[in-house]
Amino acid sequence: MASDSIVNWSLLALSAPGWGGVLLQGFVNSIQIAIGGFALGLTLGVGGAFGKLYGGPILRDLLECYTTVVRAVPELVLILLLYYAGTDLLNQLLALFSIGPVDISGLMAGIFVIGVVQGAYSTEVLRGAIKAVPAGQIEAARAYGMSPLKVLRRVTLPAMLPYAIPGLSNLWLIATKDTALLAVVGFSELTLVTRQAAGTTKAYLLFFLAAGALYLALTLVSNIFIGMLERHARRGFAEQR
Amino acid sequence: MTDQTTHAVAYTPEDLPTARSFFQPHRIVMMLVFAAFVICVAVFMRWDWLPRYLPRLGWGILVSLVMLFSTSILGFLLAVPIGLAQVTGPWFFKLPAKVFCTVVRGTPLLLQLWLLYYGLGSLFPQFPAIRQSFLWPYLREAWPYGVAALTISFAAYEGEVMRGAFAGVPAGELEAAKAYGMSRWTMFRRIWLPRAIHRALPTLNGEAVLQLKSTPLVATITVVDVYAVISKVRQETFLTYEPLLLLALIYMCLTGILVVAFRTFENRIPTRGA
Repeated sequence: MASDSIVNWSLLALSAPGWGGVLLQGFVNSIQIAIGGFALGLTLGVGGAFGKLYGGPILRDLLECYTTVVRAVPELVLILLLYYAGTDLLNQLLALFSIGPVDISGLMAGIFVIGVVQGAYSTEVLRGAIKAVPAGQIEAARAYGMSPLKVLRRVTLPAMLPYAIPGLSNLWLIATKDTALLAVVGFSELTLVTRQAAGTTKAYLLFFLAAGALYLALTLVSNIFIGMLERHARRGFAEQR
Repeated sequence: MTDQTTHAVAYTPEDLPTARSFFQPHRIVMMLVFAAFVICVAVFMRWDWLPRYLPRLGWGILVSLVMLFSTSILGFLLAVPIGLAQVTGPWFFKLPAKVFCTVVRGTPLLLQLWLLYYGLGSLFPQFPAIRQSFLWPYLREAWPYGVAALTISFAAYEGEVMRGAFAGVPAGELEAAKAYGMSRWTMFRRIWLPRAIHRALPTLNGEAVLQLKSTPLVATITVVDVYAVISKVRQETFLTYEPLLLLALIYMCLTGILVVAFRTFENRIPTRGA
């Protein structure tokens, strides 16, 4: 087919006959989920890391189960399980309080699912980072009579940051790419809209390459910011390697 | 990905529990609670579909494992030159290797898979030369695209690991090999590659677990692996949780076996005790 050899760029136009606007909307959805999921994961991770390091034996074992399951089971399976189980449990809980079933928005469900998966990963990253903080610094803070929360806020969290940033930045990149898996449960993020656009127009290569370029741009822009953040966090450190 | 991150997202040998650690009082209670939970799941949920699908499940697991091993081995064979090119190659090798790693690691695997299957798959039939070639019967199937996508992804992630491993081999060892009069190829075969693989082994293990976790994606392009079999069960029996729980269990067992195998393999390599 000779007509296909020339790329039909008008398919990427932003307004209605073109699919560019739809693609960008999907891209925005992906970024929203990635940011939300990463933030939720970070919150879970801070709690999980402290629970694993300083918690009682039962809490520690439960957290170990959580991180083991998430690290041993494919994200795709976890996303399906959490997506169905999460919405189902919430509705059953609401029914218990005799409130009618609510329609959970795809965005919320997506953030929840990515967040739970990311939570296990960042638990492991943060635990390693906290363990890398010299024990003397935390002991010194305690010796000053700081309360545990103050130690956390003033010493442990800032001191572990340089150790945690490489791992956490990788997790952010993983979060952006994991959003693509939500296509399987039918959430209209970038990968799914790309497939719909490609299926409708039959211009498969054009749309998948365009989506790939968007993902790649996100990664590269993230890398620039991560580099800046890392330099900022590592100031005062002796240069390694 | 740094070693630390691979460790955080993939289960590795250090995480394996020891046999003795199970016999702590609180753990025995927790295990009893867990056993009660498992019995509840077994009794109160529906499992009557299981015997009917057992042969297909076994076949699906086999397909998943074949996918895992073939793509890991092929990907590793690609990763060695990619890593080496980035360490010693001239710029016209270094640059493409770097770009390849960045692009593949910067885009989701699902997108790459669909790009190959739908994109290339729709492009190939337009060329009569491909339609008449001996490859055509394979190119009409879905699995070559799955193997290709998984191999490319593994090669890119592992290529980055091998780059670090090649660069990390102490220069003194390579100089010693040179002083023995080894040719470049002998030096690579006897010293550089084995030392680099040894250094990369812990990360390699993590990457293999990650690769196992990526294999269910091929079900989205109609390859019938264990995930696809479970999806079929869900469609036919209208059950939501039971098949998915079984699937999670299957993947946990596979990961466990993989991790234990890696640990025995790692222990067989003699290292100087630190």
